[in-house]
Amino acid sequence: MSEIVLETENLGISFGGLKAAQHVNIQIKKNQLYGLIGPNGAGKTTIFNLLTGVYQPTEGTFRLCGEELTGLSQAQINKKGIARTFQNIRLFNNMSVMKNVMVGLANRPEFKCNFLQSIFRTKRFYDVEAAMRKKAIELLEVFGLAEERAQLASNLPYGKQRKLEIARALATDPKLLLLDEPAAGMNPQETEELMNTIRFVRDNFDMTILLIEHDMKLVAGICEEITVLNFGQQLAHGNVKEVLNDPEVIKAYLGDEEADS
Amino acid sequence: MLGFITTFIDGLSLGGVYALIALGYTMVYGIAKMLNFAHGDIIMVGCYTIAVFFASIGLPLVTILIAIIVCVIFGICVERLAYRPLRGASPLAVLITAIGVSYLLQSLAQIIFGVTPRNVVLFKLGTVNVLGLKLKVDTLITLFVAAAIMIGLTLFVNKTKTGRAMLAVSEDRGAAQLMGISVNAIIAITFAIGSALAAVAGSFTIMTTFEVKNTMGALPGIKAFTAAVIGGIGSIPGAMLGGLLLGVIEMFCNSSDLASYTIAIEFSLLILILLVKPTGLLGKKRREKV
Amino acid sequence: MAYLKDYFKSVKNGYKVKNHIVYYVLGSVFAILLVLVMTDSLDRITSSLLGRIGYTMIAAISLSLVVGFLGELSLGHAAFMALGAFIGGYMQQYTFASLTSASPLLSIIIAMLIGGTVAAIFGFIVGLPALRLKGDYLAIVTLAFCEIVKVIFQNSKKFGNGNVLETYKYDRGHLLLICLIVLFIALAVIMNLIKSKHGRAIMAIRDNEIAARAMGVNVTYYKLMVFVLSSFFAGIAGVLFANASGGVKCDNFSYDYSIDILVMVVLGGMGSIKGSMIAAALITYLDTKLPIWLNLEGNWVALPQMLYALILILIVIYTNAPKLKGIREKYNIHNGMVKVKGWIFRLFARGKYQHKPDAEHDYRADWSKVPTKIEMDAILSTDFTPDNTYVPDKPDKPKGGKN
Repeated sequence: MSEIVLETENLGISFGGLKAAQHVNIQIKKNQLYGLIGPNGAGKTTIFNLLTGVYQPTEGTFRLCGEELTGLSQAQINKKGIARTFQNIRLFNNMSVMKNVMVGLANRPEFKCNFLQSIFRTKRFYDVEAAMRKKAIELLEVFGLAEERAQLASNLPYGKQRKLEIARALATDPKLLLLDEPAAGMNPQETEELMNTIRFVRDNFDMTILLIEHDMKLVAGICEEITVLNFGQQLAHGNVKEVLNDPEVIKAYLGDEEADS
Repeated sequence: MLGFITTFIDGLSLGGVYALIALGYTMVYGIAKMLNFAHGDIIMVGCYTIAVFFASIGLPLVTILIAIIVCVIFGICVERLAYRPLRGASPLAVLITAIGVSYLLQSLAQIIFGVTPRNVVLFKLGTVNVLGLKLKVDTLITLFVAAAIMIGLTLFVNKTKTGRAMLAVSEDRGAAQLMGISVNAIIAITFAIGSALAAVAGSFTIMTTFEVKNTMGALPGIKAFTAAVIGGIGSIPGAMLGGLLLGVIEMFCNSSDLASYTIAIEFSLLILILLVKPTGLLGKKRREKV
Repeated sequence: MAYLKDYFKSVKNGYKVKNHIVYYVLGSVFAILLVLVMTDSLDRITSSLLGRIGYTMIAAISLSLVVGFLGELSLGHAAFMALGAFIGGYMQQYTFASLTSASPLLSIIIAMLIGGTVAAIFGFIVGLPALRLKGDYLAIVTLAFCEIVKVIFQNSKKFGNGNVLETYKYDRGHLLLICLIVLFIALAVIMNLIKSKHGRAIMAIRDNEIAARAMGVNVTYYKLMVFVLSSFFAGIAGVLFANASGGVKCDNFSYDYSIDILVMVVLGGMGSIKGSMIAAALITYLDTKLPIWLNLEGNWVALPQMLYALILILIVIYTNAPKLKGIREKYNIHNGMVKVKGWIFRLFARGKYQHKPDAEHDYRADWSKVPTKIEMDAILSTDFTPDNTYVPDKPDKPKGGKN
């Protein structure tokens, strides 16, 4: 039995009267590829926002590797080891590809270099800077972006922007990687490639991945376990095949046949 | 007690002027999602128009009408030439352009008309006695006209097709466009209305100060923006409420020992409201989607 | 010693030349002016104009930090300068008047430190709303702050009650040299900050605050840091302003002055320190000279202001309008600049420094064929290429025949 990386307990949030998510209980084991699916407006991104500290949960808690993270700020949660990508790509558009990754690298303990060291350009600064560059290029290399490293992030084609977002998230050295609809806007071939990459990241970076996805082919192809959300509540959870054949889940996606007829 | 009431009514009248300017700010902010920094300078344009035409024609009401037309044309031109090309660009770029326009208008006015203020006496109005209160006639006129315009504008926005299209654009520009509303036209109309209101506000300002100069629009402009923020930016009733409130506060400050600190008090109020309740008294809260 | 050795090694490799070219230019200017001042060959008008250019440049680069790099519009820069000017100037004139007459240099240094610190404290206070407010709202808050400071100084009896606060009469030439040294320090601090991981974090906030937070950037810390640093240097610029103009009054520091500096920052190119400096120097120079050259009289003195405003609008539209994207890409000024920069740089480095493409490794790895093992050492050696600077399209030396 491998260790549990992420555990949520009755996690939920309400905006005014609207319960955007409630009683969410997820357990993700180390090295798992976990899927979070559900119809539009089911509260999937809300869960991501809760897990990354964008919103503070109004009920429940969550733990990363046994450490309580509820109530921490976004930056703190990132430092503890949760990194994410965004549904609508959010890169640092006016910075080069390399600098995008270097922003992610900055908080790693091995690249510690304080304000005064930077201002006075001590040896430490040059060492850290060189090491950061090396590390950034290594990461970009993995994603086939090393050649474009001097380009502005906004000049990359769409697919590469998605890859850069993943690279940047990995730069923060997370324990858990959250991918918000990574295949959105990709064609089947690109999706296929993306699946390979996600697997690759999991295997080579020793990563645990939680992803939101609409593309069932991708979910069925790579996820080991999934949770289905509907109206902010957990509808089903378990291994992919079982869950996707669950009549409740089909009803949530396709509507209630009896009610329609 | 009498002094108190007089000050209060003076405040309401000044507040009416602020409200008219604030309406322009708030409508443009709500619909075009930009802070039209040059709005105050449209007032200046209106006032110079009045000054020039009043000297040659001499009919106060006709000159005011001409000023309204000139301001409307000016507002639409500024929107078309400076702001429309930047639709969809970063808010910072739009704001800097608006600052540039404000600067351009001020320096242009200085080149054409010089820095010495011009004296313009549109009407010679005395005072009337109402229930023992000595009130200036122009105060009363300002108050009534401002009230009428506000009621008219509220009806326009809520009852007419164009008004409802404005509401739709302010709610969701993309969706409004899909519903067949011409967003460019609506924004142009908004600028036209805002500029017309600025011209009216300008004529009221002339009635009380009797002078026109090239920087006259800047400070009332920012104060009116303060009023719009107090009321909740993007909200038409909010702009009225904020304007009246600010006018009354200003009049009471001016009549007290703190007269020389009036601006500081008003702006402190602005900062305080933005920090404590950025949505103002009647504004709606918007959450940025992640 | 080791540090110096490293330094000269990197100068030899061209890296330092490229990044430090602005220091070399400034150093040369300083040397020339030093000789001119020492030999008394600068007339009063020129040296006071140059001094004005000096402190305006400090003000411009410090505002550039907020506007160009943090991406927040501050219209309160004049207020920070006012704080420095009034408090520093007042202390020099009254609090330690005896020191001022005994050792003017020490006096101005202390005044700059105090003025800068007071401005920095207010910068911190103004930075607090910046944590909650964005864009237009923050611009208005800073503008309001600017007017509040002005009104308070206007009403305070200590600071001349709205009249002119006279300052000690420095020798123009000496003041010019002080301005240049301070400019040098401010430039080094700001440039070093920007070209470090802290600078990248600041730019990340500018580009996408939400993503920056998600990447672990401490937004609160960096926003406050930028405001404090920027207002500190603005305060120092204010002290220099007060001493260079012989006296200050509140009307010098209305928000129009903030906008003047903002115009410099925008015209110089957002996010370019060198650009802000050039624009600040050029505009200050033209402000004095244009009316003389064009024989502007009476109302026409506003002509330069009108032209700046017009150029400002045109430049912002040109660089930002979504519809002009095609034209921008076709006639890319930035690319042209980069080419010129590369040319100058190669002139300095004499071909010693080149971008070395890694022959063994194919970067164009197919997305579907992701390598199964990360080969750490096969990846680029640390060539220390600053990634935002010029990388020649074609290497100067032939590609073949590499190890």
